Amino acid sequence: MHSISEKVMKIIFLICGLAIIFFLAGILFTLLSNSWPALREMGLAPFITPGRWNPGAYGEPTYSLFNMIYGTFMVTVGALVFAVPIGVAAAAYLAEIAAPWERELFKPIVEVLAGIPSVVLGFFGLVVIAPLISRIFYIPSGITALNGAILVGIMALPTIITLAEDAITAVPKEYRNASLALGGTRWQTIWKVTVPAAFSGITAASLLGMGRAIGETMTVLMVTGNMIAWPESFLDSVRTLSANIAIDIGDVVFNSIHFHALFVAGLLLFAITFLVNLLADILIHRNPEVNK
Amino acid sequence: MVKLNTRNIKRENETAVGYLNNLDEGQTENMENGYSEVKVEGLNFFYGSKQALFNVDIMVEEKGVAALIGPSGCGKSTFLRVLNRMNDLIPGTRLEGRVTVHGEDIYDPATDVVKLRKKVGMVFQQPNPFPKSIFDNIAYGPRIDGQKNKAVLSEIVEESLKGAALWDEVKDRLHEPALALSGGQQQRLCIARALAVQPRILLMDEPTSAIDPIATQRIEDLIRDLCTDYTIIIVTHNMQQAARISDNTGFFLQGEMVEWGKTSQLFTKPEDQRTEDYITGRFG
Ligand SMILES: Nc1ncnc2c1ncn2[C@@H]1O[C@H](COP(=O)(O)OP(=O)(O)OP(=O)(O)O)[C@@H](O)[C@H]1O
Ligand SMILES: [Mg+2]
Repeated sequence: MHSISEKVMKIIFLICGLAIIFFLAGILFTLLSNSWPALREMGLAPFITPGRWNPGAYGEPTYSLFNMIYGTFMVTVGALVFAVPIGVAAAAYLAEIAAPWERELFKPIVEVLAGIPSVVLGFFGLVVIAPLISRIFYIPSGITALNGAILVGIMALPTIITLAEDAITAVPKEYRNASLALGGTRWQTIWKVTVPAAFSGITAASLLGMGRAIGETMTVLMVTGNMIAWPESFLDSVRTLSANIAIDIGDVVFNSIHFHALFVAGLLLFAITFLVNLLADILIHRNPEVNK
Repeated sequence: MVKLNTRNIKRENETAVGYLNNLDEGQTENMENGYSEVKVEGLNFFYGSKQALFNVDIMVEEKGVAALIGPSGCGKSTFLRVLNRMNDLIPGTRLEGRVTVHGEDIYDPATDVVKLRKKVGMVFQQPNPFPKSIFDNIAYGPRIDGQKNKAVLSEIVEESLKGAALWDEVKDRLHEPALALSGGQQQRLCIARALAVQPRILLMDEPTSAIDPIATQRIEDLIRDLCTDYTIIIVTHNMQQAARISDNTGFFLQGEMVEWGKTSQLFTKPEDQRTEDYITGRFG
């Protein structure tokens, strides 16, 4: 009797595990099969070489995602540039300096931040960050790549903080003691020993944070302006891959080339996030310092 | 408690009789004006409400090796960490009494702990090199001290590695990871790393307990070499080791310093019955 219920449980868990693989395979299959008509007709090249995204043009519609890939890249890198230092500093503070009560207070705040719906964050970008940007840089509108980068960075922060804190906490205390016993101050110990020792974990944290934020559509859609043109700087409007899909999907003709081209955009996005996550995973698993 | 003047004694066989004489007060004062390397008076130490050291008095003179022995949990490591204030890192600890290094009260609120730890180096039980290159491990101390000059750093690294008898083994691979070295080499690297800061005193907490006998032998030889330039205070579980390498030995029991004296004396003619019981293996 006991062993039967155990077997049943085991099978149920196995099915749940398999379901995840099934979902993943299903999503990938959907993306591939729906991209296929567009890819078969044009190949991949027109999508990823410079040009315009103009699927509605008479005669010669064009489907270049180039500017949007660049826009996605810009928003992502911009987000990394400010979220990683802040996230790592916060993680180092939590792991190494904060008193227990400070940690108790801060941790739930980070979790709440992680739980904010992206639309709400978009409002914040529109009414707070956009006016700030336009005032600081003397430009008519703060709806720019910079705005998107800031918001994506904010969305990546909880992941970065949580995972980087784990990585820093996992650094053997022997390193800390060695540094302190050599006359290192607490700051020197944190920045020259602990954080470098947690480097691969911190990199993985940053990548996973980004991986989560890259595809965030709503926020970016609301604050970047979504112009298709090549963005000259962070103070220009950009359209990201995910925003492009969300904008066009509403009025695209079902099963048209345009429709399938949007799936190609989705496929690219999927590939980018997949690679980022894979890289993070590899880094986590070959972290000799922490696994030691 | 027996206080010993061991100032001029580097090797036990150089010593004269009368060396064990208790000092009179005048002499003690004299010592304090410059010579007494480490002096501990009426030390009580607490982890929270649990007392780990009871009224410890000790006077360690310049140069030579002082060994601390005693059964597990008797407070040897705790005592060692008192001397470079590593106990400060453990929350809830408290200390009573006076601890001076070169006549300076190291628990005075005005004491610069960072400076103290540069003067009083420490080698841990488990070799703990940083996950950095051999070179960067040794250069760590001088670098955080502000030394940026490459040539100077290279020289310090070479000198320190030579000092720790490791230079010949690693001179061709200074930029390889320190963690690739053997346990014994890692421990000598840690000694070299401590030497690079130019300490006066080296604290060693069972530095050979995690490494093999041959590596242990090398480190014991090294300690004998180093003690002509440094004051070494070493905790060891191994009584033979204490007898082999130390000039003076202190015996701890349940947080009390039962006996402190010349090593040859302590191992052959202990004054306290408990010391005798311990060294003859009757307990512990
Ligand atoms: N961090 C700590 N917190 C609370 N109590 C501690 C701590 N470290 C040591 N103690 C206690 O203090 C006493 C002395 O410990 P200590 O480590 O100094 O002994 P030891 O002589 O070095 O032992 P061993 O030979 O096993 O290393 C022990 O009773 C121990 O349980
Ligand atoms: Mg110990």
